[in-house]
Amino acid sequence: MSAAAKKPVEERVYEVGELTRVEGEGSLRLRVRDGEVVEARFGIFETPRYFEQLVVGRTPDEVIDIVARICGICPVAYQMSAVHGFEDLFGVRVDPSTRALRRLFYCGEWIESHALHVYFLHAPDFLGYESGIALAADHGPLVEKALRMKKAGNRLVALLGGRPIHPVSVRVGGWSRAPRTAELREHRPALVEALEIARETVDIVAGFTMPAFARESRLVSLRHAAEYPYNDGRIVSSDGIDISPAAWRDVFEEHHVEGSNALHARAVDGRGPYLVGPAARITLAADQLHPLAREALASSGFAEQIRTNVYASIVARAVELVHAVAEAIDIIDAYRPPSEPLVHWQSRPGVAAWATEAPRGLLFHRYEVDEAGRIRSAQIVPPTAQNQAAIERDLVAAAPEAIALPHEAATRRLEQMIRSYDPCISCATHFLDLTIEEA
Amino acid sequence: MTAHVPAAAHAPASARPRVGVAKFASCDGCQLTLLDLEDELLSVVEHFEIIDFPEATSARSAGPYDVLFVEGSVSEPAHLERIVELRRRTRHLVTIGACATAGGIQALRNWADHDAFRAAVYAHPEFVHSLARSTPIAEHVAVDAELRGCPIDPGQLVELLTALTTGRRPQLRDEAVCMECKRRGVVCVMVSKGMPCLGQVTQTGCGAICPRFGRGCYGCFGPREQANAAGLARHLQMAGDRPREEVGRLFAGFTAYSEPFRSMVTELGGTRTGREAAPGEPAGTTGGKA
Repeated sequence: MSAAAKKPVEERVYEVGELTRVEGEGSLRLRVRDGEVVEARFGIFETPRYFEQLVVGRTPDEVIDIVARICGICPVAYQMSAVHGFEDLFGVRVDPSTRALRRLFYCGEWIESHALHVYFLHAPDFLGYESGIALAADHGPLVEKALRMKKAGNRLVALLGGRPIHPVSVRVGGWSRAPRTAELREHRPALVEALEIARETVDIVAGFTMPAFARESRLVSLRHAAEYPYNDGRIVSSDGIDISPAAWRDVFEEHHVEGSNALHARAVDGRGPYLVGPAARITLAADQLHPLAREALASSGFAEQIRTNVYASIVARAVELVHAVAEAIDIIDAYRPPSEPLVHWQSRPGVAAWATEAPRGLLFHRYEVDEAGRIRSAQIVPPTAQNQAAIERDLVAAAPEAIALPHEAATRRLEQMIRSYDPCISCATHFLDLTIEEA
Repeated sequence: MTAHVPAAAHAPASARPRVGVAKFASCDGCQLTLLDLEDELLSVVEHFEIIDFPEATSARSAGPYDVLFVEGSVSEPAHLERIVELRRRTRHLVTIGACATAGGIQALRNWADHDAFRAAVYAHPEFVHSLARSTPIAEHVAVDAELRGCPIDPGQLVELLTALTTGRRPQLRDEAVCMECKRRGVVCVMVSKGMPCLGQVTQTGCGAICPRFGRGCYGCFGPREQANAAGLARHLQMAGDRPREEVGRLFAGFTAYSEPFRSMVTELGGTRTGREAAPGEPAGTTGGKA
């Protein structure tokens, strides 16, 4: 010890003031002293918009319109968590076709969101480009295919909801308008092509060189007895949590991290960070994947690495692309328009609480509804808020491999690690407290 | 849309207009619309040099910009300086979406007690930098062109981009959503189903999505010029026998802070307090640390 103490302390700081190719405004900072990580920070400096307060006093259907605006990339997720919570509280039994259409709606969002992330936000890191646009300059046909796959997803959302961003048709009780069978069928050819592109995507990303990284993580997702998790299921974990989604607050809590002024979500049992998202879903529900997606996962050779290597989330997203496209085709083939697109319902006071699987992971909503059918209070816990502690832990885990690289490359590698989580900072911000550390 | 956008056309590839995308308080949906132009995106980047677009590229530039798309509302103290600085470095500043053009859904806090909002959401409100009012970009700097909507319409975005490359005026209809319904043969949801609809006072551009999907327009493209919102509000109260506050809530949406919707919200209620922070009130009530 005494010899070491005489050596000058070597401190290196890796910093990105504004992360790029992520949704919203965040930063990263890693401080290493004599090879030891002494600070790992995933910062959030996006402006708060106070959604939990904006919905107070509004009706459930108004809430569905308002919470979509938390995120332009995953508005369907916000609408789905909210509508299911209200229907559960009010005892609404929707038409079975409505249930299928809502899965289809979510398939569309997963396709557009995952295609965007895989090709435009994440792949450029593996291939050494600054953007998907720059990638297109050298690999035009590939990026064109990616855009066609993304478009197939956006068109599904638009078919059901009028437009791909902030769709308008989701109502408590079903839909303000349900599509005709012929309208759905028109989308089949584009999806059949997208399925081939998705399978090719798995092959491509499975060929990427993954940076060395291994850790075990507590994984959390929904799990359903008969289907890959979207709108229904129990919240389960890799270490035995198994609760109804409404019971989220019994097992998890929001918590203020000293010195970071950020609220993290954590499990109340004190077992440390947990991870939600594609890697968690695939690990906990691989047996429920569409057969074609299961096959793609097996042939990728990444089933194990998806669980332990954060960078391999790109393969998880590609496998889920196969799933979402394949299931969308199945739903279209089996579709029969709902006999009652919008069932009658009556508000009752109480707590509406539900979780669904947004592209980025578990999205929990909880609303107190008063006697007049208005919102008294709201709590919204987006996936990125839940992943924040895991992101900071993984910055530490990524450090040894990253800091062996030259400084600039090391900083890029850490940014790539954060992108592996597909963080949605716009989502997280209304929930997270925020500060900018003055340099 | 009032601006005539000068020609950037016929320029050699090396002199493509330099385009930036800047974000203020928003959901990212309007800038995402640019990436959602799946059929046109690769041709857009042939005609424009995208020099700063943090959501899409790691290459950064502080300008100057020939065209800067601005998404989001002015919502925190740092935004006040930032928008002025961006304006200085920009030839054509184009606001995109309801947040940038109207203050967005977050402008509902303009009728509320901002400190109470902040304390209710955040454990340490003193660390949250946020202005008492969320305001449109045009309240702070000159704006050359705007695209309305929550989110913007991809067709209108392509039209604007095309106009920019040829130097002509963008063809954006200035009329009510009702006209769009008539053109498309959509049965009026107000007349046939008695649903409240803001279509007659709302600027078109969306393609009348809500009436086509069996519900009333909720005004996300904002008020059209000289909209008779008071007349519609009276009609909705009398003919539909609706309480004042319920009619107020119709206007208390994504463009609530644009006149005349703003006056309707203040007069009828629909937000939690119904009391608008006086425009003269300092917009700079900020939390501690700044």
